[in-house]
Amino acid sequence: MIPYGRHRFPGKLFVVEGTDGSGKSTQLMLIYQWLKAEGYPVFFSEWNSSPLVKDTTKRAKKRHLFTPATFSLLHATDFADRTERDIIPPLKAGAIVLADRYIYTAFARDVARGCDPAWVRDVYKFAVKPTIAFFFRAPLDVAIDRIVSGRPQLKYYESGLDMGWSENPEESFKLFQGKILSEYDRMVSEFGLTLVDATRSIEQQQREVRQLIMSHLENRRFRSH
Amino acid sequence: MIEGTDGVGRSTHIALLRTWLESRGHAVIDTGMTRSVLAGRGIKEAKTGHTLGRLTLQLFYATDFIDRLENEILPALRSGFIVLTDRYIYSAMARAEVRGIDAPWIRSIYQIALIPDAVFYLRINTAQELVERVLTSGGGFDFWESGMDVHLGQDFYDSFIEYQTRMLKVFDRMTREYGFQVLDASTSVRRVGATLRRAVTRVIERDHLVEVPLAQASTSQK
Repeated sequence: MIPYGRHRFPGKLFVVEGTDGSGKSTQLMLIYQWLKAEGYPVFFSEWNSSPLVKDTTKRAKKRHLFTPATFSLLHATDFADRTERDIIPPLKAGAIVLADRYIYTAFARDVARGCDPAWVRDVYKFAVKPTIAFFFRAPLDVAIDRIVSGRPQLKYYESGLDMGWSENPEESFKLFQGKILSEYDRMVSEFGLTLVDATRSIEQQQREVRQLIMSHLENRRFRSH
Repeated sequence: MIEGTDGVGRSTHIALLRTWLESRGHAVIDTGMTRSVLAGRGIKEAKTGHTLGRLTLQLFYATDFIDRLENEILPALRSGFIVLTDRYIYSAMARAEVRGIDAPWIRSIYQIALIPDAVFYLRINTAQELVERVLTSGGGFDFWESGMDVHLGQDFYDSFIEYQTRMLKVFDRMTREYGFQVLDASTSVRRVGATLRRAVTRVIERDHLVEVPLAQASTSQK
């Protein structure tokens, strides 16, 4: 197993991170369209998307089977499957991989749930270090507003109801997101996350992100010959 | 806790031990790898596809284990039960190691496990001896127990021998490292069972678990 930071691949890995409602998925989708239009071989990998683990996760969420440690480990299992299947092979082939949420999501959430920070980092040691990890930072009230206004019902684990901080889903969600945000803030210097101010317009953010990505791309594109 | 390679008779002995302990008035639960409510089914389904990556499988095992630790083992221990487990973290770590997974990594994941009161290792001398047991059990060679995913041999037989030989080696090293109590599993079930009961009695006496007098035990068992 090659540990974090030691992989050497010709491909590039760009990931987006941030609390729910920070607008990171929108930004990544725009990056994907742009790179595709530019003719780069680009792959998209989403958090929680391994077909092997999906049924287990779904069942556990529905029946509230998780503890903080098993929540963490099952997500790590999912992530390992993605790494072995969707991330490393394209990177070896020299492609660009875009990931919506990465290990920092696990670090933020699991530590907010009380898992030991060193343990969670150990579990994910096999992960490939991203070329750039963007952290879309939106103040808590902005992010919460986007989520609460856009969705009728908050989910059990998403709002941290499993922790028993509050019986009120909205209250619990706010508390949980607050803890997650401070974990992200702590990780900016620890992992060298690239901070993007998510309160600005979508276009402004996209311009900044594209510039940073461009500086890492050589002119190696797959042309249709 | 009982450890041992595939086919050495772990489940037989767990069942015998359980009945014996209950007859002496101890409440017992038994548990084993991939039996968790959370991940057991998922692992079995994933394994039938044979498409599991090495790291993914190890983490799936860890999820299964921690689920059983937190939801079965710890609550039972707190309520004064004796917990018998068919394989513990050592099997998981040995499987990982044989598959070339970074040993410090897998150990750091399992560091949140509880150190058992005793580990009984049902040891067999050679992989050939295991083959006989596999064949007489009627089950035949299993894909994963033969280590087919690591491509060690031309066919199930070659692969099984090589894989189980490596497992035995890792277990021998762990015996020294973690202080397993070794039982020779080549002898008869009766003899292994008797040795196991004596060893368990020593652990129970050491920990001052008072046995319930016979009459009382039979009433509490209905």
